Amino acid sequence: MLQIHKTCHDSAGEGQAEGRPRASAAPMIQFEGLTKSFGKVQALAGVSLEVGAGELFAYLGPNGAGKTTTIRILTGLCRPGGGQVRVGGLDMAADPLGVKRLCGLAPQAVNLDSELSVAENLDVHGRLFAMPAAQRRERSAELLEYVGLTDKARAQVKALSGGMKRRAMLARALMHSPRVLFLDEPTAGLDPAIRRRIWALIKQIQQDGTTIFLTTHYIEEAEFLAERVAFLDQGRLVALDAPAALMAGLGAWSVDVVDNHHMESRHFATREEAQEFAASQENGFTVRRVNLEDVFMACTGRKIQ
Amino acid sequence: MTLSLIRGWSAVYWRELLILRRRLSRMAASMAVSPLLYVVAFGWAFGDRHMPDGRTYLEFLIPGLAAMASMTQAWSMASEINISRFYWHIFEEFQAAPVSHLGYVLGEVLGGVTRTLLAVAVICGIGFAFGVPLHLGPLFWLAAALNGWVFASLAVASAMLVRTHADQALATSFIITPMGFLGGTFFPLERLPDWARSAVQLLPVTHAAGAMRPASYGLAPPLFSYLLLAGLGLASFLLAARCVDRARD
Repeated sequence: MLQIHKTCHDSAGEGQAEGRPRASAAPMIQFEGLTKSFGKVQALAGVSLEVGAGELFAYLGPNGAGKTTTIRILTGLCRPGGGQVRVGGLDMAADPLGVKRLCGLAPQAVNLDSELSVAENLDVHGRLFAMPAAQRRERSAELLEYVGLTDKARAQVKALSGGMKRRAMLARALMHSPRVLFLDEPTAGLDPAIRRRIWALIKQIQQDGTTIFLTTHYIEEAEFLAERVAFLDQGRLVALDAPAALMAGLGAWSVDVVDNHHMESRHFATREEAQEFAASQENGFTVRRVNLEDVFMACTGRKIQ
Repeated sequence: MTLSLIRGWSAVYWRELLILRRRLSRMAASMAVSPLLYVVAFGWAFGDRHMPDGRTYLEFLIPGLAAMASMTQAWSMASEINISRFYWHIFEEFQAAPVSHLGYVLGEVLGGVTRTLLAVAVICGIGFAFGVPLHLGPLFWLAAALNGWVFASLAVASAMLVRTHADQALATSFIITPMGFLGGTFFPLERLPDWARSAVQLLPVTHAAGAMRPASYGLAPPLFSYLLLAGLGLASFLLAARCVDRARD
């Protein structure tokens, strides 16, 4: 695993961060040299990464960084321009349907059939994955209880709240017991209380043995959930490590100093050092703990959102 | 091996049936509006006039309207798929599932054919209500189903090719609507100039009307029309599968 300073240096130069899974875990997702262009826009510029079995991995970056494109390629929604993808040991190019059987996807946009009931949505998904009728009924009941929607099984999706729809999407993605779950911005647009409920569900899903690949632009979501995070910027991987390790590369405390509508952050190893620096400032300041956004800024010079 | 080529078709078709069941009364009512207006406007105006073969205009009109509906209802799948692709993003659910392209197209096309048969049944009901005698044998329904198959396949292909819902509406206005009026639905092709008659013979709906009309009279329809529709159905089905594959880019 690369240290943050090395990674940031690479991003400014010619190299990219390299992605290796936790030493103890066999890779469940592997992609190498992944590229994708839309016209003249290069969405992915040769990204390589491995995610271990059972790992909860967060893929962070600003809008347009290439996060959703990566997920679309990994789940077979989109063809890569170049590079190789393996999921669960299967080659996406050689066995796309085999890879799809291993994967569950909850995309960024709510894509449930709004005219169908929650149970019907799950049933159609089960049929798409060729699950027998008895198994579909049993699994659907289990999952609706798991996500707290048993009493909404017969409700039409259009009658659900935003948080309920997200939970229904998680249940649907888990219907065929995937080994890998891809979550694209799973809490986008939800209020903080609902977001925390979804986080608890995601943690539970991982503890039940599913590998989770999560994209988000919520820093606190990645910090709370992920064992490792990767930062993507303009189609390139710029940092990769455990959140604590990435943040430790900068320090423990930050001071945000506001000067002429411009905010600058300085990072310090101890709170005392941070407070000493803050006391010397004439302008407004905030002392706080270092977060992943500081890491992204240190690597790219920009904020993530 | 053959079954693996169409893997997942039943799930896609099942979803179409669930949606159809949910909307059945609304859809049946909307399927009745245009034919009813045509029957009222043209039927009451010219209904008692007789065609060259001695039948009333209403007897001529009803199978023509059924042929037109077998095209328009199947083609309406294009808007549905387009909306589900760009607005509801439901198409991604199919793309992410282990469903073959042929399986997806087969499920959608069967959904289109089901709608087609429902719309044709509604029109036949209107015909009966206006006292039009109809022989609804298997060859009548087969022609409707084949025409529905052709246009449902073209609808899937079109939904994969167009980039916006407005483009879809444009295709309907410039291609489908003229076809519906000129393809032997409202007037006998014998009244067209030679060049125009030759041109409309290229339209699938002309052959659908040409097969459904004699079938509804209890006469033997031309075999060529069935063969042509079956051939076009196969070609448009394969085109649709190709377009679904390309939609991944």
